Amino acid sequence: MNNLLVAESIVKTFGDFRALNNVSIEVPKGSIFGLLGPNGAGKTTLIRIINQITMPDEGLVILDGENLKAEHIRDIGYLPEERGLYKSMKVGEQVLYLAQLKGLSKAEAKKQLKYWFDKFEIGDWWNKKIQELSKGMAQKIQFIVTVLHKPKLLIFDEPFSGFDPINANMIKDEILQLRNEGATVIFSTHRMESVEELCDNIALIHESNKILDGKLIDIKREYKSNTFEIGLLTDNKAEVSQNLEEKFQISDASFKTINDELKFNIKIENGTSANQLISHLTSKGELTHFVEVIPSVNDIFIQTVQNN
Amino acid sequence: MNHLGLITKREFLNKVKNKSFILMTFLSPLIMVGVITLVVYLTQLNNDKVRTISVLDESKLFANEFVSTDNTKYDILEAIDLETAKTLVQEAENYGLLYIPKGDSIDAIADKIKFYSKDSPSLIVMDRIEDKIEEKARNIKLKNSGLDPVVINKLRVKINANLETFEGEKTSKKGSILKLAAGGLAGYLLFMFIIIYGNMIMRSVIEEKTSRIIEVIISSVKPTQLLLGKIFGTSLAGITQFLAWVVLGGILAVAASAIFGIDIAGTQMAQQQEVLNQVANNADGQNELTLLFQEFWNLPIANLIVMFIFFFIGGYLLYASLYAAIGAAVDNETDTQQFMLPIIMPLMLAIYVGFFTVIENPHGMVSQVFSYIPFTSPVVMLMRIPFGVPIWQQILSLVLLFGTFFLTVMFAAKIYRVGILMYGKKPSYKELMKWLKY
Repeated sequence: MNNLLVAESIVKTFGDFRALNNVSIEVPKGSIFGLLGPNGAGKTTLIRIINQITMPDEGLVILDGENLKAEHIRDIGYLPEERGLYKSMKVGEQVLYLAQLKGLSKAEAKKQLKYWFDKFEIGDWWNKKIQELSKGMAQKIQFIVTVLHKPKLLIFDEPFSGFDPINANMIKDEILQLRNEGATVIFSTHRMESVEELCDNIALIHESNKILDGKLIDIKREYKSNTFEIGLLTDNKAEVSQNLEEKFQISDASFKTINDELKFNIKIENGTSANQLISHLTSKGELTHFVEVIPSVNDIFIQTVQNN
Repeated sequence: MNHLGLITKREFLNKVKNKSFILMTFLSPLIMVGVITLVVYLTQLNNDKVRTISVLDESKLFANEFVSTDNTKYDILEAIDLETAKTLVQEAENYGLLYIPKGDSIDAIADKIKFYSKDSPSLIVMDRIEDKIEEKARNIKLKNSGLDPVVINKLRVKINANLETFEGEKTSKKGSILKLAAGGLAGYLLFMFIIIYGNMIMRSVIEEKTSRIIEVIISSVKPTQLLLGKIFGTSLAGITQFLAWVVLGGILAVAASAIFGIDIAGTQMAQQQEVLNQVANNADGQNELTLLFQEFWNLPIANLIVMFIFFFIGGYLLYASLYAAIGAAVDNETDTQQFMLPIIMPLMLAIYVGFFTVIENPHGMVSQVFSYIPFTSPVVMLMRIPFGVPIWQQILSLVLLFGTFFLTVMFAAKIYRVGILMYGKKPSYKELMKWLKY
């Protein structure tokens, strides 16, 4: 069994509104899974179903080979998008309470807390009330609450919103480390650059339907258009570009270089290899820049959403 | 510890540790006892003053009737005219001057009796003086008609029907008032408790929503558990506060009476003594008083206490779950108004039915019906119990109450489950109905 979490044909309807329509996802063990989609697509509903906050109308969720059941709450750590803490409760009491709700014993919760408080160097916050802390500080506490009970599955809904870049980076490193220690992570976000950096697999949900999923690399391969970004040093720019235009599909490109090159994108036909293109180009001048244009997650996101 | 226990404990501790809660717990009995002490003290201060009333009786018929007591001193003036007497009384700063002129007949005198004073005299004082004169005047008139007042008094018959139930239990009219007071107190206490602590639960739900911690919590526990934990925790805090009030109030009352020398209980005793004396005057009175005490012990006290506990718990839980549902449905306290009416209405109705219909006829149709309807039964039934309600009726009412509680908890849990994750919407009743189907 390589998948930690499998959701099969999930359907959820609120009144007349169908929030999820036959959505299935598979999250491989030990991976970071990006759950993407525009606002209101149904991401949070799916996450709430995995967390057993709402029940699906149809469909099945399997966690670690078992049908989802109440005891699985202990195996999941969830940082919701709408997150907060009891304002008038002391940090220490509060975290202990939340850890105990997740099933940790008081002693163990304390031990784990010491580790995390030392790690984040926030030991002296123990007796402070949440309302005395800044937003960023409170979010560190929320992060600790999420991971404290060492869950198999971590779910982060927009984890970086509200963090300053330094803290966001720290949290990102922590997430990667947790993954390396064996945790599986589901990640819901609009921030494509963090998806690019972190995710191994993605699923894209749009208007209640899953419209794309798979390994990020595979998806990129599928979406690449055999386009290359090219910089060519030549004395006779006009002639060269006219010559190329007759043979290939050319479009303008802009990137930074130190010389005054001819810059353009070339899309080659199937059947033509990159090497053939390179030999053709080198005959026209000095090739200084040759990069395959790999579609960014952002491009894929926008393109797929618009096509649907 | 299981989740429900953890949540209950947190809710309880959170309430109890709250500064304003602690302040109210200690301040309320202090204020209550303070106010009562002040009132009693002032009343006593008023009574302590000895009033001197001068009496100028030119008819020489009534002077003997005015015998000084502890509080009122009668100063009988003789051989001076009215004007001199007036000046004298004003100079002495006496309470007032009673002037009874000479006259041909009692009626002629009676018409001209006057009372002079600086301010309007107290009604009680005037009543006493008028009573004395009336009694004497009547006796004189009787004598003049050739009748012996002693004989006349002997001819009087006093009727005081002895009340008895068909089961042979003796009761009295005062007993009915006692029953009403016992039931009314129980019902009213419950009413207050529901309003105060129901609101507390509602606010606590809203707080979890506004602080956005709710989603973290319900990813760990079931919403129904959270709901029940909240209700239990807040109820425990409420009961703690109530007990603290009773104990503190008791201690303070004792302390206050010791410090200020005011015997709050003693005042009541004195009043009872007075009643006793009054009643003792007529032959059957003694009997009635004994009956009254007997009546108190005849009250179904055990029944009332046991049922008070059950109806209290049932009624409170029923309303608490509704308060929690309202809290979940809204974003802030100002939006709760539209939903409060349906909660307050049945409670008010229960109190009105209790105080008007139950007094009139404790076992009448209306009283009975309202003591079965779960939303009014806790208050109305508690008021009826002192008048003797068959056990099967009480049990039936309780079963209905707890049955409805389980239904409302299910209803509240549904609203709660959906509501706690809804932000930025001010829901209508229609919307709430839709939530029930989610």
